[in-house]
Amino acid sequence: MAECHEADQKRWNNLRKVLERAGPFCHPEFEHDSDLLTFILTSCPILIIGAGGLGCELLKDLVLMGFQQIHIIDMDTIDLSNLNRQFLFRRKDIGCSKAEVAAAFINKRVTNCQIIPHFCKIQDKDESFYREFCMIVCGLDSIVARRWINGMLVSLLEYEDGVLKTTSIIPLVDGGTEGFKGNARVILPGMSACVECTLDLYPPQITYPLCTIANTPRLPEHCIEYAKVMLWPKENPFNVPLDGDDPQHTGWIYEKSLERALEFNIPGVTYRLVQGVIKNIIPAVASTNAVIAGICATEVFKIATNCYVPLKNYLVFNDVDGIYTYTYEAEKKENCLVCSQIPQTLTIPDPTKMKLKEIIALFTESSQYQMKSPGLTTMIDGKSKTLYMSAIKSIEERTRKNLNKTLVELDLRDGCEILVADATSPNTMVVRLNYLSADVEMK
Amino acid sequence: MIKLFSLKQQKKDGESSPRSGNQKKASAAQLRITKDINELNLPKTCNTEFPDPDDLLTFKLIICPDEGFYKLGRFVFSFKVGPNYPHEPPKVKCETQVYHPNIDLQGNVCLNILREDWKPVLTINSVVYGLQYLFLEPNPEDPLNKEAAEVLASNRRVFETNVQKAMRGGYVGGTYFERCLK
Repeated sequence: MAECHEADQKRWNNLRKVLERAGPFCHPEFEHDSDLLTFILTSCPILIIGAGGLGCELLKDLVLMGFQQIHIIDMDTIDLSNLNRQFLFRRKDIGCSKAEVAAAFINKRVTNCQIIPHFCKIQDKDESFYREFCMIVCGLDSIVARRWINGMLVSLLEYEDGVLKTTSIIPLVDGGTEGFKGNARVILPGMSACVECTLDLYPPQITYPLCTIANTPRLPEHCIEYAKVMLWPKENPFNVPLDGDDPQHTGWIYEKSLERALEFNIPGVTYRLVQGVIKNIIPAVASTNAVIAGICATEVFKIATNCYVPLKNYLVFNDVDGIYTYTYEAEKKENCLVCSQIPQTLTIPDPTKMKLKEIIALFTESSQYQMKSPGLTTMIDGKSKTLYMSAIKSIEERTRKNLNKTLVELDLRDGCEILVADATSPNTMVVRLNYLSADVEMK
Repeated sequence: MIKLFSLKQQKKDGESSPRSGNQKKASAAQLRITKDINELNLPKTCNTEFPDPDDLLTFKLIICPDEGFYKLGRFVFSFKVGPNYPHEPPKVKCETQVYHPNIDLQGNVCLNILREDWKPVLTINSVVYGLQYLFLEPNPEDPLNKEAAEVLASNRRVFETNVQKAMRGGYVGGTYFERCLK
């Protein structure tokens, strides 16, 4: 037991050197403290999103850095082509869940850690799941998934009189790689630029004019797009939407693209190009993943312990030719559709009496808003609902009856958010209803 | 800067009560489409139909041109606004069979702002005006229906007769068009 304890002491010696004494390069507000080590070892749960190329590296890095409570989530299963760089997987694991195999490997190999896998989509988890983490690290290959988690973390923010409550912030460290290039960034939702603020940094999806695809193809890509955009919906060969992971589907597109290319005398259509065009495949390089994951893990450690100043806030890395890195501060976008939507609070004395038309009158008549003809929608149980909109006749007719209903009759609960759009403001406004008599019984 | 360690302590101490119920926040697409629809400013030749007033992401646009080749016709377009709106354009299909150089018989529409020239600053209104413009100025340079484009480029008279024939319901070339006069 004593030996074990000693080994355990030794195990974190290097961390102690960083956390238990001051140094010239420390964060100016760093307070060295032996509790910090205990904190990262025992009470700093981290979520890793993605258990692929970056995810394997991140999991290994973080666990060796002392984070022992890690959850890892990935919806994917292991493919033969992953094994060259996703080093927690073996040939026997092909077809199994990436998250489960990665977690099992680390739990077996590293003592005292509890890696909990989630074999599902990030969208399958709700806010109560994400709220439990101190920090989230992403190793994703999808912009949609990044935007989703970003939106989720912004929605967890709480405001008090329009001021952000720092306790509600869950930092997001995001890594990304593409061949020999990569990037790492730190996002403090509500405080610094979010994924949505800098969305135009992602390269746009390459699209070709439909008429070129239909009539005047010149590139092999035009032929593939023709098969994908025009022939697939028309002939619907397997009676399902196109799935880039299904070799039968890829084969069909390949065949049709070749026919098209032959007809127009265009060289260069290969099976690999077809895969590239329909799945947007980019070759992965193991060393780039290792570098980016290392940077992300270091940031997680810095933010968790406050020992050094974290990355501010966007780093690009390129080792196509030599090594190049550059760090700059991405700016928060003032009219960001996601993180600048600080909900305004509207206090309602009695929701059993307050009618929708009175709320609308408030928006049009009060000096604070002075709106012209606001349109109001909301989300109820995850479904959108149009409360009132006068601009479109058919919608007006069918929502007019809502005007005379009270908020309770409209199923609007305490704390729910309504979206208010009006020509007088550039963005849709989010208004959170705050009921003074909160114990109103809902029907 | 934020001090995570001390924050977590605070959070534990004053555990704020999670908001009541499962209140999913509206998506960026939802925020934006609410604004787009509330500010739709349709020309008098256009009308919309919302099958479900709670679903602003799915609707139809009906265009009845009052001048040009397609005067007196009635053309229905379906709009589907995806979760990535406004970073991706809405998906628009023409549901009415039409003899038109830029619309094919499957309902695909060749309009630059619906594909390669889409930008998030554009709105549903921009698309409506773009579609209306296609009926006023069919463009034989970017054909989707090649036969129609060739006729328009070589002989406007014949093109006009063909459009009339198609709108009244009948064969143009080997293709039968449903009647679409209003």
